[in-house]
Amino acid sequence: MSFALIKFLPQEPKLRFMAYRNWAFPFSVVMMVVSLGLFGALGLNLGIDFRGGTVIEIRTLDGPADVSGIRTQLNQLQFGDVEVQSFGNETDVLIRIEQQPGGDRAQQAVVERVRAELGDQAIEYRRFEVVGPRVSGELAVAGVIAVVAALGAILVYIWVRFEWQFAVGAIIATVHDVILTLGLFAVTGLEFNLSSIAAILTIVGYSLNDTVVVYDRVRENLRRYKRMLIDDLLDLSVNSMLSRTIMTSVTTLIALGSLFLFGGEIIRSFTAAMIWGVLVGTYSSIFVAGPVLVFLKLRPAKAPGADDDASSGGDDTGGETASA
Amino acid sequence: MLYFAPWKTALIVAFAILSVAFALPNAFDEETVESWPDFLPQQQIVLGLDLQGGAHMLLQVERESLVGDRLEVLRDDVRTSLRDERIGYTGLSVQSEAVQLRIRDLDRLNDAETVLNGLAAPADPLSFGAQARDVEVDVSDDGLARLTLTQEGIDARLAQAVQQSIEVIRRRIDQLGTTEPTIQREGQDRVLVQVPGLDDPQRLKDLLQQTAALSFHLLCEDMSVDEALRTRPPAGCYLANSVDEPVQPYLLQTRALITGDQLADAQPGFSQDTQEAIVSFRFNTSGASTFGQATTENVGQPFAIVLDDEVISAPVIREPILGGSGQISGNFTAELANDLAILLRAGALPADLTIVEERTVGPGLGADSIAAGEIAGLIGAVGVLIFMGLSYGLFGMFANIALFVNISLILAALSVLGATLTLPGIAGIVLTVGMAVDSNVLIFERIREEVRRGRKTIAAVDVGFREALRTILDANITTLIAAVILFQLGSGPVRGFAVTLAIGIVTTVFTAYTLTRLLVALWVKTRRPTALPI
Repeated sequence: MSFALIKFLPQEPKLRFMAYRNWAFPFSVVMMVVSLGLFGALGLNLGIDFRGGTVIEIRTLDGPADVSGIRTQLNQLQFGDVEVQSFGNETDVLIRIEQQPGGDRAQQAVVERVRAELGDQAIEYRRFEVVGPRVSGELAVAGVIAVVAALGAILVYIWVRFEWQFAVGAIIATVHDVILTLGLFAVTGLEFNLSSIAAILTIVGYSLNDTVVVYDRVRENLRRYKRMLIDDLLDLSVNSMLSRTIMTSVTTLIALGSLFLFGGEIIRSFTAAMIWGVLVGTYSSIFVAGPVLVFLKLRPAKAPGADDDASSGGDDTGGETASA
Repeated sequence: MLYFAPWKTALIVAFAILSVAFALPNAFDEETVESWPDFLPQQQIVLGLDLQGGAHMLLQVERESLVGDRLEVLRDDVRTSLRDERIGYTGLSVQSEAVQLRIRDLDRLNDAETVLNGLAAPADPLSFGAQARDVEVDVSDDGLARLTLTQEGIDARLAQAVQQSIEVIRRRIDQLGTTEPTIQREGQDRVLVQVPGLDDPQRLKDLLQQTAALSFHLLCEDMSVDEALRTRPPAGCYLANSVDEPVQPYLLQTRALITGDQLADAQPGFSQDTQEAIVSFRFNTSGASTFGQATTENVGQPFAIVLDDEVISAPVIREPILGGSGQISGNFTAELANDLAILLRAGALPADLTIVEERTVGPGLGADSIAAGEIAGLIGAVGVLIFMGLSYGLFGMFANIALFVNISLILAALSVLGATLTLPGIAGIVLTVGMAVDSNVLIFERIREEVRRGRKTIAAVDVGFREALRTILDANITTLIAAVILFQLGSGPVRGFAVTLAIGIVTTVFTAYTLTRLLVALWVKTRRPTALPI
């Protein structure tokens, strides 16, 4: 039995990634600087997980919601910053109320007063979330610790499994992805909450997954082609993993795209961040993670000796030595 | 890599069938599954509060209120014990974390020190051996005495209060008749309460936050209420307001005749005379005798029924109440009377509780989230299956079978482990669907490459699998590390995401290396191919 096969990608690409780094690196640096600049200038649209406050999701039972009417009603309660927006469809409304002065008990009063104001007759209260000042502070700290701890643990793992150059390269690529993702949050004003931390950690995992696959091939080629110039060797490695990298990104994006379109309003910002992260992670594992190794002196760039560079390949168990 | 012993083949196939069998109950509703014969797996995945609807409340036991209560008791103990020993003192007051006073009889400083030291107790009454005490007594030569609460004492009291709160909360929530609430300690001073499928979170909040300390006090006759309001209450008395509007102040004796912890039962009901909602109560044996004695001694006197420092009513004792039962009336609605009875039966909380985090999801939103998650998962999976089929043909179909078993394995693992599935957890599964084919892609690409290098088909398949394994492990362990850390540091829904992501990674590696390999091996064995279909 045989299928009409579609081979999406060229079988043996010979793209000059090491040459592309002349524009890819400046491009990445500019993107990172812009991201950090926007992050500094605009900051993140922190959700109640980190800033404290109240989120209430309601659905009107008698026709489309009057968003501006609800806003006027709630503004009379003088809660300070109140955001009222349509949420997914015309009957659903999301209300965000900033943290009230007066500690944890003051936050609880918000829900009661909103319910008293809007009434229970024509409204279904679908969700209440109230995070007090004590918890939001702790969640913020835990979130930062999570990202840093994940980066640290993965760094150690790669260090143990590969040489230090790979660990440094992987961290550069990963930090690149994290910064660009923060940039996305800053630019779009997507709410940054606990699930955003989860998204970032998943992006870290995904991007590293991609990077490790490329590095694994670099390591193998270092053993296999002892005389090859490092530029050519990195090109070869990235090229041979190219179709896999793209295939995996496509299937992951299919799944994420489906979640984004059909998975509902609550996880939409989470999936949006992930989609961006997969795109950035794929880019970085091709254009950043591989080429950056050239700066880390895996092997002398010029005048390859016969055997004196073999040690950089770790345990030299004598993989077949083919000529380039 | 391509040889499988028959028993291995059987094991892998059996495992795949079992995983599908254990995942299957999740495709049906609960009643259908219950009607199945007993030998079939019937366990379904536990849905998180965000999917089935319910309330999540994080409560904090207030350290300050605990310390404050302890200091007031300590102050009263100091007063009583020094009076009993007839040792003169002045300026008895509560400072932050300490009680302070000045001994007037400098000759009797030693006696005073002994008496005050007698008030200290071991910090943790349940542990053995030499240990810290809960109060540090310091008497200086000029007569200044300070009784400071020790950290060990406060910590032990806090731990005790958290434990007690959990028990009281459980008794209260059980009365609501909801299914399977989770009540557990979080950190040092917090209690996490999760109640699935609750319609009215406000009622739960009211039940959780009310201390429900009931006590009966005689009115204080030493001073008129007005005078106490103008100056301050005399020693041993305090002011309390009425619950009813208009607010009316009462001057009460600090020492209670009896407190709610002696109650044996409390029930809502209606007064036969006025048809008002009331709560009738009954004391336990020792409570009944204390109450009987107190009412006998004070016939004709008014007394106050106080709940959480507010006076519910202040009737006059008309005759001794010897049976140990009585009733409280005070403009209750029927529901209020019911809730008050619940609170009284469950006992008082040992300290104030504050809700520091609340997340409540209505059943409507939960159902919508499940539906959205199912649709997204289905469409995503179909998209990936089609794409894989088009890209890799026959091998793509192998990968798709592996993917199907993989998803079954994830669902089976969630069911059997009793892990909670949340909305982000569904996202984790869908993401796994996208990433799961990666292992197969790695293997297939490697096989293609080996063929291009000039290997024979069968050798290429063999080497392809072997070489890809190392890469797959390295690549997936990094993601697994991220998932584990997310699980450690995350809470609630995020944790649900970490769980499905981690399970997904493990099952993905597992299926790629057993099932895909077995399918390819069977194909090689039966077809003896000379060219790859990829």
